[in-house]
Order: sequence, then structure tokens, then C-alpha cells
Amino acid sequence: MMEVCGSSSVTLREFGCEQSLLSRPDGSASFSQGDTSVLAAAYGPAEVKVSKEIYDRATLEVLIQPKVGLPSVRERSQEQCVRETCEASLLLSLHPRSSLTLILQLIHNDGSILSCFLNAACMALMDAGLPMSCLFCGVTCAINADGQIITDPTAVQEKESRAVMTFAIDSTKRRVMMSSTKGSFSVHELQQCIAFYRDSVSRRYSKTL
Amino acid sequence: MFSSLKERTGEVLLPGDEFSFEAEDTISLAGPVKPEKVVCGPGLRRSGDRLLVCKSGVLRHKQPNMFWVDSQQRRYVPAKGETVIGIVTVKSGDVFKVDFGGSEQASLSYLAFEGSTKRNRPNVQVGDLVFSQFLIANQDMEPELVCIDGSGRANGMGVIGGGGLLFTVSLGLVRRLLSPHSEVRSDLQQLFPCELVVGMNGRLWAKASTVQQTLIISNLLQSCDTMTAQQRRALFRRVAQGAL
Repeated sequence: MMEVCGSSSVTLREFGCEQSLLSRPDGSASFSQGDTSVLAAAYGPAEVKVSKEIYDRATLEVLIQPKVGLPSVRERSQEQCVRETCEASLLLSLHPRSSLTLILQLIHNDGSILSCFLNAACMALMDAGLPMSCLFCGVTCAINADGQIITDPTAVQEKESRAVMTFAIDSTKRRVMMSSTKGSFSVHELQQCIAFYRDSVSRRYSKTL
Repeated sequence: MFSSLKERTGEVLLPGDEFSFEAEDTISLAGPVKPEKVVCGPGLRRSGDRLLVCKSGVLRHKQPNMFWVDSQQRRYVPAKGETVIGIVTVKSGDVFKVDFGGSEQASLSYLAFEGSTKRNRPNVQVGDLVFSQFLIANQDMEPELVCIDGSGRANGMGVIGGGGLLFTVSLGLVRRLLSPHSEVRSDLQQLFPCELVVGMNGRLWAKASTVQQTLIISNLLQSCDTMTAQQRRALFRRVAQGAL
């Protein structure tokens, strides 16, 4: 389970990943952070409809399916965040007039869902063998009422916190590629969270754990 | 850079890793200076004076100076000179449209067969399988296939006859089958005689003396994709013993 971290220690829930588990897509991966679990499938480069084709790069489409019901506006905004991150790290100009499709299926939501989507998307794109300029990962931070910063919060911790922030960070220069924030926080707290993410990111990117 | 590439051969590389000219690369004033040349294969891209890795996989080296990243993929991206198995989808006038599993269909002219002239057209119908090679295959133009080589001979290419089975495997298995001393191919040869056409787009066409043997071969090749060499040999041995 998750611990509220002190000023210098960062704790993440146990995370795991499995690649190539689906037989039909070109690349697939499942990523789980604690109880939050997401399944991702990547297709491409494949045929694209003439109305959607771009003459000098590939068209990337991201679809997020919730656990129950049809996708709604919340899923659309999450798709936007994932698509912008993927477009920044994929080498789209190598496959003009083709389409790349990424489908993310939510299996269980126990907090930090957007960062789980980002991690599963990166693993699926790697499994499909699509050319990328860098890898990326997602990290979520929550600030609770006392001002303490919790990394990788569960659903209960997210509900009790006054701000939730998700960042996508690239693997080469460890800079922020995308940020999505909710709630009220000060500039100082934002900078503290970014300093915290550096620790958790170096743990995710180390090849030996 | 050559030395840093050489020492990381066999290691797993991820997108974002880069190789650059080190500051310690010194030129000796004593002997003759030969500029070192590095040939980059798939998975490596040149950006200015740095070499960037764009696919995840194992770095391989072939003498004298060729480096590439060995990665696993299911989707085929056309490259000039590669032979593939395609399915004819449209026959319009002088040109056939062939589906080879890429992002768009390739065109195959009716004159690109051995011995075909304007009066003597080849016998190709919609739905036929053709074994052909890429004449034009880059990201900006429509890919073009031909069934003859540079000197005008078929060289094994052309329409594939009936009676066999077409199935798909991953690109890695196809490369393993086509490598010079392929273990998969030698294990397969010990089972029963069969005719096998290997397309580099991951498509295989197999034909044995009976339908059952053809199905066994296709099932074996599709399942030995993800097996280690030992598991594969054990599976082939089990099939050979319980052979029909």
C-alpha cells in the first residue's frame, strides 16, 4: 500500500508490465500500478482514410475505453493528453500518409489513471516497433490538505487531496513533456512536485531495480 | 564512435540512447589516417554528428563496419529489393494493385513478368498470390513491385500456384528462416518434404503432399515463433514421432 512520503523519500506502488499479450494488434502491453490496471494495443503504420491523411507525417489516433459505458468528455480530454505526448516522442515523419492507432482499455481504476495510460501507451508503442526519439513515462502527484505531497496516489488519497497533478517526462533529458493538473496549489508546491518527480522517474528508468 | 559502438554490441538499447564522437578521438600524426566509416542499419538514425537509436532491441555488428538494432515487429514496412508475397486485389488496365500488408497497396505492371509483352499478357486474376520484389519502396512514393530481376528473368518470382496455404508469422521468424545456416529450416527439413515460399512481409506459403501435413507445418511455424531453440526442437521431435 501507499505511504505518505516525507520530505526526501519517494514511494511508488508496485508497478508491473507485460508486453505482446494480444495476438491481433501489432503491439500490445498491460501496465499496472498497485490496483490500477490498463491494457494498451497499438496498430500501425496502416492504411488511412483520405480525409484524415497528412501528407508529411503519420496520423496518430488515441482511443480510451472506460470500464463501463461509452467514452465521454473525460475520456476525450485524457486522449488529448496521451496523444500530444505520443506525437512529441514518435518519429511521425518516417511514415507519411499512414495511420497509427492506440487503443487503451481501462481494467481497474484505483487512482493515478492518467499516468497509467501514459506508461501503457509507451510500452505498447515500443512493442509495436514504432520508431521513437525518446521514451516517456507518467507520474501523478497529489497534495493533501496538510500540504504533504503524495506520489502515485490511490483513488481514496486523490479524493481527499486538494490538488492532483500528472506529468509526462521523457527519458533522455528528464524534462516535462505534458502536464495535467486539477485543484488549487501554489507555484512553490508545483516546483516541489517537479523536484519529487525526478526521484520517481529515475527509479522507473533504471534498467536494474 | 566505432569503438563505443563495438563495445556495446550485444547490449539492449532503448530509443533515446545516442552515440557521439568522443573528445578523446585523437588522430595520430605518425601513420596514415583512414577515416572510419560506420554503416547504420535499421534502428539507427543519423542526426548531425550523432547517432540516435530509434527502436528498442539488441545492437548487432557485422564485419567490417555494419551496425544495426535487432528488434521484433509484426507490421511490415516496405524496403527496396525485398521479396514479398502479395495478394492481387484490383486489375485495372495495365496495372495490378497488390496488397502486401503495408500502409498502402503496391502497383504491379503486367509487363513486369518474364516473357510478357503487350500481346502476350500474363495470366493473373484477382485473388492470386504473387511472389515479387520491390522496385520502388520509400515513404514518399507509392510502392512498386516487379516479378523479374535486373536481367529480365523470373528467378523464382511470379504467380504462386494453387493447393497450398498462406499464413502470417512475425518478421523476426521470417528473418531467422532466411538466414544462411537457419536452425529452424534444418529442423523443418527433417520432418517431411514440403514447398515453402517465404515473404519478408511476414507471409509464408506452404504446400506438402497432403492437406494434413500442410496444416501441421503451418501450425508448427506459427507456434515456434515465441519458443526457445530447445522447446522448438522438442516440439518438432514430438511431431516427428507421432507423425502420420
